[in-house]
Amino acid sequence: MPAVSKGDGMRGLAVFISDIRNCKSKEAEIKRINKELANIRSKFKGDKALDGYSKKKYVCKLLFIFLLGHDIDFGHMEAVNLLSSNKYTEKQIGYLFISVLVNSNSELIRLINNGIKNDLSSRNPTFMCLALHCIANVGSREMAEAFAGEIPRILVAGDTMDSVKQSAALCLLRLYKTSPDLVLMGEWTSRVVHLLNDQHMGVVTAAISLITCLSQKNPDEFKTCVSLAVSRLSRIVSSASTDLQDYTYYFVPAPWLSCKLLRLLQCYPPPEDGAVKGRLVECLETILNKAQEPPKSKKVQHSNAKNAILFEAIALIIHYDSEPNLLVRACNQLGQFLQHRETNLRYLALESMCTLASSEFSHEAVKTHIETVINALKTERDVSVRQRAADLLYAMCDRSNAKQIVAEMLSYLETADYSIREEMVLKVAILAEKYAVDYSWYVDTILNLIRIAGDYVSEEVWYRVIQIVINRDDVQGYAAKTVFEALQAPACHENMVKVGGYILGEFGNLIAGDPRSSPLVQFNLLHSKFHLCSVPTRALLLSAYIKFINLFPETKSTIQEVLRSDSQIRNSDVELQQRAVEYLKLSSIASTDVLATVLEEMPPFPERESSILAKLKKKKGPGAVSSTEQEDGKREGGELNGGGERGADSTIAASNASTPSPSADLLGLRSSGPVSAAPPSAGSLLVDVFSEAGPAAPAAAVNDDGFLSSAPPSVVSEDPAPPMPQSDELLHKFVCKSNGVLFENQLLQIGVKSEYRQNLGRMYLFYGNKTSVQFVSFSTSVTYTGELQSHIHELSLNVQTKPVEPLVEGGAQVQQVINIECLTDFSDAPLLNIKFRYGGALQNLTLKLPVTVNKFFQPTEMVSHDFFQRWKQLSQPQQEAQKIFKASHGMDKEVLKGKRIMENFVCAGVIQTKAQQVGCLLRLEPNAQAQMYRLTLRSSKDTVSKRLCDLLAEQF
Amino acid sequence: MIGGLFIYNHKGEVLISRVYRDDIGRNAVDAFRVNVIHARQQVRSPVTNIARTSFFHVKRSNIWLAAVTKQNVNAAMVFEFLYKMCDVMTAYFGKISEENIKNNFVLIYELLDEILDFGYPQNSETGALKTFITQQGIKSQTKEEQSQITSQVTGQIGWRREGIKYRRNELFLDVLESVNLLMSPQGQVLSAHVSGRVVMKSYLSGMPECKFGMNDKIVIDKQGKGDATVSIAIDDCTFHQCVRLSKFDSERSISFIPPDGEYELMRYRTTKDIILPFRVIPLVREVGRTKLEVKVVIKSNFKPSLLAQKIEVRIPTPLNTSGVQVICMKGKAKYKASENAIVWKIKRMAGMKESQISAEIELLPTNDKKKWARPPISMNFEVPFAPSGLKVRYLKVFEPKLNYSDHDVIKWVRYIGRSGIYETRC
Repeated sequence: MPAVSKGDGMRGLAVFISDIRNCKSKEAEIKRINKELANIRSKFKGDKALDGYSKKKYVCKLLFIFLLGHDIDFGHMEAVNLLSSNKYTEKQIGYLFISVLVNSNSELIRLINNGIKNDLSSRNPTFMCLALHCIANVGSREMAEAFAGEIPRILVAGDTMDSVKQSAALCLLRLYKTSPDLVLMGEWTSRVVHLLNDQHMGVVTAAISLITCLSQKNPDEFKTCVSLAVSRLSRIVSSASTDLQDYTYYFVPAPWLSCKLLRLLQCYPPPEDGAVKGRLVECLETILNKAQEPPKSKKVQHSNAKNAILFEAIALIIHYDSEPNLLVRACNQLGQFLQHRETNLRYLALESMCTLASSEFSHEAVKTHIETVINALKTERDVSVRQRAADLLYAMCDRSNAKQIVAEMLSYLETADYSIREEMVLKVAILAEKYAVDYSWYVDTILNLIRIAGDYVSEEVWYRVIQIVINRDDVQGYAAKTVFEALQAPACHENMVKVGGYILGEFGNLIAGDPRSSPLVQFNLLHSKFHLCSVPTRALLLSAYIKFINLFPETKSTIQEVLRSDSQIRNSDVELQQRAVEYLKLSSIASTDVLATVLEEMPPFPERESSILAKLKKKKGPGAVSSTEQEDGKREGGELNGGGERGADSTIAASNASTPSPSADLLGLRSSGPVSAAPPSAGSLLVDVFSEAGPAAPAAAVNDDGFLSSAPPSVVSEDPAPPMPQSDELLHKFVCKSNGVLFENQLLQIGVKSEYRQNLGRMYLFYGNKTSVQFVSFSTSVTYTGELQSHIHELSLNVQTKPVEPLVEGGAQVQQVINIECLTDFSDAPLLNIKFRYGGALQNLTLKLPVTVNKFFQPTEMVSHDFFQRWKQLSQPQQEAQKIFKASHGMDKEVLKGKRIMENFVCAGVIQTKAQQVGCLLRLEPNAQAQMYRLTLRSSKDTVSKRLCDLLAEQF
Repeated sequence: MIGGLFIYNHKGEVLISRVYRDDIGRNAVDAFRVNVIHARQQVRSPVTNIARTSFFHVKRSNIWLAAVTKQNVNAAMVFEFLYKMCDVMTAYFGKISEENIKNNFVLIYELLDEILDFGYPQNSETGALKTFITQQGIKSQTKEEQSQITSQVTGQIGWRREGIKYRRNELFLDVLESVNLLMSPQGQVLSAHVSGRVVMKSYLSGMPECKFGMNDKIVIDKQGKGDATVSIAIDDCTFHQCVRLSKFDSERSISFIPPDGEYELMRYRTTKDIILPFRVIPLVREVGRTKLEVKVVIKSNFKPSLLAQKIEVRIPTPLNTSGVQVICMKGKAKYKASENAIVWKIKRMAGMKESQISAEIELLPTNDKKKWARPPISMNFEVPFAPSGLKVRYLKVFEPKLNYSDHDVIKWVRYIGRSGIYETRC
C-alpha cells in the first residue's frame, strides 16, 4: 500500500479541524461549521472545475463534519468523481466517503457500482482491495445484487494476488451474512475449500472464516474441509515457534488460525476416517500437553494466545463428546485454571466446565472439583465469575451431592449479589425438587429459601411447596410444625405468611395437641402478621381463618369477632369484604356438618394449568382476556370433533351472556393465584363451567328423539394432567382443546393456540422464558415419528415451521407459527424438539405437538333418521371401533337426571384430509349405575375409527 | 431548599462550589458537568433531574450557575434567587466572566454566606449588602454604626438605611420595554405582547415616601376623568419588595420607601393595543431549484419626529445556499454564512418611513428531498417610546421629617422600547 507522503497532507483540513477543536462552545462550533459548509457549497457550485486535490480536501471536510454529527446532503457526486481518479489517496477518500455516507439513492448507486466494477476489473491490487473493502463496508443488498457473482470469481482465480484474495474472502463473508440468498453456491465452493491449503497464512485465515460461515448452512457441501483442516491444524500445532515467522505471536504459532480451525471442526461430527481422527486426537493431545509446558514468555499475550487455543480445543473435545480420555484430561486442565490468578481464566474454566458437566464421561471428573467451585462461589470478587460458579454447581448437581450443593447455595444466598439472587432461588428450587429423596428436607429447604430471599421467590415456587405438602400425607405434620416455627420470627416475608396461612389452615390440627401450638396460639400468630400483608395474602389468611373454625370449633367466637370487625366487614377492598361477609355468615348459619363438608381438607392437587394459561393471557389486559376467552370457548365448541351443534353453541352463548364482566374478573382473579381458589366460591364454580363447558361439550348433533341436545355432561372436564414430561399425557389434554399450556417447568412455559379449517391448521406456540436470564441458541424443530413418515412413501401431515429468534430474553415470550396440512389420516402426533442454553447448560425437550386427527373434523348436521340410516350402512365390523370403559371423572348425575330421556349421545362429522374425506359417526352410551360409558365409532375407514375411539375414550 | 450552588466555566470546570446541606455529595458537581454541560445533545431545559437530585441552571455568557437540591423546592423561587445572585455579582464586580469570578472568589464566597443560609435565601438587596460586605478595606466602625447595621438588616425596612443625606435630591425613572411579535406573511398579528420594567435610580435624603402613578386603565376608569383611550390594560405585574402591596390591593396606588441607588420598581406585561414600531413585508420567490429571490420592505410606524436606532433585520437563507447578492438602499447588508442569514443593519430611521432590500440567493441542488423550513425574519431595534402606551402620570415624593418638598426633587423620566422576539414569517 503506498504510504501517504508528506506532500499529500491537506493543510486546509488540518486548519479546519484545529479551529473546531479550539471552539469554546457548541454555538461557536456550529457557526464555524456553517461557514465552512457555505464555503464548500460555493466551491462546488463555482463555475471552474476543481482539481483532484481540492475535491479530496472538501470531501474530507464534509466527512469530518458528518462524523461530528451534522447532516450532509451534498457532495456525493464529488465523492463519486473521486473514484475515477488514478491517485490512491483520492480514490481512498472517495471510497471512505461512500462507505460512511451512502444512502440508497438510485442514480448514485449506479455510478458507484460502475466505479467499483472498473476497479475490480483493473489489475491494480490496491484498487481492487479498496473496492472490495467498500463493498464489504456498505454491505447492502444492492451491493450484494451487483457483485455477488463477481467476487467468488476473484477469490478462486489463479492469478489473484494474496492480499486481494484475503479481502475477497472477507467481503464475500460479509455479503453472505447480509443476504445469504444472493450468494449462490457453485463450482467455486469446492475451490474455496482448497484455499485451506494455500501457502499464504493470511489467505487461509480469511478463507476459514468464510468456510465456517458457509458450512454452517450447507454442511454437506463443505464436508471435505474437515480433513484439510485437520492436516493444516496438525502442521501448525507440530511446528516450532520459529517456523511460521510473521504468523508467530509471542511464541505461539498462528493462534488465530488455530482457533478458527478448531471452531470450524466444531461444525462437524468427529471424522469417520480413522487416520484423520487419529491425527486430530494427536493434535488435541499436543495442545493439552503444551498447556502443561512452562511458558516461553512472561508476557500476558503469550499466555492469552496459548489459552485461547486450549479453550477452543476443549470446546471441540466437548463437542465430540466421545473421547473419555481427552474429556478427563480437559477437565483436569480446567481444574487447574479454577485456582488460577487470572480472573478471566477462572471465568472461562467455570464456563467450559458447565458444558463438561453435562457429558456422561466427564461428569464424575467435574464433581471432584466441587470444593473449589463452592469456594469460588463464596470468595470470588467478580459477580460474573460467581454467577458462573453457581451455574456450574447447578450443572454438576446429582442425587449424590444435591444436599451439599443445595445447602451451600442456600448459605451463599444470604450474601449473594442482588443481580443473581433470583436465578439462584430458581436453581435452588429446581434442584431441591428434582433431587428430593426426603420430603421433609424439601420443605425445610424451600422454607429456608423463602426466609432468606423471600423477595426473589416467585409464586410458582411456593405453590409447588403447597402442592407437594398436600399431596403427601407423610410430611404434612412436619410441614405444619416447621411453618409454625418459621412464623414465630418477628419479621416474616410475605410469601412465608402465605405458605404458613395455607398450611396451618389445612393441617393446623396436626400440631394442635402441643400446648405451645394450641389453636388459639396458631391463630394469634397468623393474625399478628395479618396487618402487614398485602390484599391477596389477607384474602388467603381469611380463608385460613374459616378453616380454623372448622378445625377448632373453640376458636369460632374469636375468629367471628375478627371477621365482624369493621376493618374486615367494611374493608374497602371488595374481595376482602366479600370474604369476610361470606365467611361470617357461613360460620354462623351452617351446621357443623355442613361446615365440615364445605371446608373439607383440600383434595390432592391435580395441577390446574388452564389458570396459568389465563395468566399468560393476562398481559393483554382483563378486557381482552374475557373476550378472547369467550371466543375461544365458542370456537372450541363449534369446531370440536362433532356435529354442528347449535344447541351446545347456544348454551355457551347463553352462559356467556349470563356471566358478564364479573366472571371475567373472577377468572382473572383466579388465575393470579390458583391456591386462593381453594375456598368455595360461587364465582369459581361459574368459571369452571364456563371455561370447560366449551371444550367438553361433546358433539351432540341430534339425540335419538330428534331434539337438539343442550346437555353437555360438563363433568367431563379434562383436568390438566400434572406437568410430567410424558408427552402423551400432555397430548391427551389437547384432544378437545385448541388452546392451553402445552408444557411448563421452572424455566420455560409453552402455550399453544391453534385453529383448524378443513384440512388446514395453524398453530401458534408461545415460548415464555420464566427466568430473568436470557436463553441463548434457542431453536425448535418438528420431526415425525416413524408412522407419519413412512406412510406409503409420503407424509400424512405437512408441517411447516417458521424459525424463532435464537435469543429469548428473561421474562420475554416468543411466538412461533406452525402451519399444518393434513394430507391423509394419521395416528401419531409429530414431535416438537426444543433446544436452548440456560446459564450455559444445554436444555433439550421433546414434546408431542397436540395435533390429532379429530382436529380436522367438519361438523355435519343431520336429522335422526338420516343418522341411523348411515349408521346402518357402516355396519362392517372393521368400520366400527368400540370401547367400554369406566368414567374416569365420575358422571354428573344431576345432568343426566335432568334430561330423563338421555340414554345416549350421538354425533356426526367429516374428517377433512387432502387426500380424502372420511365420514364419522359417534355414539356414546352412559350407564349411570355402573359409572361406565360405551363409546362406538363408525367411519368409512377402519384406522380412523380406531384412532378416534382411542382418543376420545381418554376424554370421559 | 437549595442544597448547594456551583459555578462552572464553559469547559465545565468548577469555579465556585458551595454546599449548604449534607444531602448534596461531592459527586453532584460531576453529575451536572457530565449530564448537562458536556451532554451530547444540548440540554435546553433549565431544570434537570439526575439521580433524584434537581439541578437549576442559568447561563451568563460562558458561565454556568447551578443550584442543586434534593428536595421539592419552588423552582420559580430558585430561579428568582439565581437571577438576583447575578444582579448582586454584577453590582459588585461588573460583568460575570470567568476572569472576574476567579478574581473575586473570596468576595463571592462571602456573598454566598450572606444571601443563603442553610439553603434559605436571605437579604439579597445590593444596597443593604454593600453596607457590610465591601471590597475595600473597612475602616473600623463605631459600635453605634455596627448596631445600626443589625437593626437595619433585621428591621422592617431592610433595604434602606437611615440618615442618608444628599445635597441635590434627584430621581431617575426609566421605562424599559421589550416588544415581542409573531406576524404572518400577510401582515396578520399572530401573537404580540410587551414585557416592561420600571427601573429607578434614587438619590434622596432621609426616609422619603414616594408615590408612583401611571395610566393604568383601572385607576383611570375609577377616577372617571380623562379619556379611556390613553389608558392601558396591564395583564400582570410584580413589584419590588419596598412597594406596599396592601395599598396596591385596596387603592391600586403604588407607594413605597425607595432603596438608595438603582433598583427595579416593577415588572409588567401587556397584550392589548400594542404599538408595533415596525412592519416587515417579505416577498420570497423560488426561481427553479437553484435560485431564490428575496425582497423585504420595512416600514416604521411611529411619529416622524422620533428616531429608531440600532435596527437590524435578519433574513434566514436556505441551508444549501452557495452564493448571495444583496442590494439595499439604506444601511449595510451582508450574508453571514456562519449564521445562515443575511444581516441588514441600519443606524437610524425616522418614523413613517420605508426602506427595502432585495437579494438573490443561489442554491446548490441537493439530493435531500425535504423542503426548506423557511424560518421567520427577525428584527432588532430600539425606539424612544413605550410600545405598550404606558405613560408616567406622576411621581410624588414626601419627606415629612426633612425640609424638602416634592418640588425640590429633580426628576428624570425616560422611555426606551426594544425588540424582544420580533418575527415575521416569510
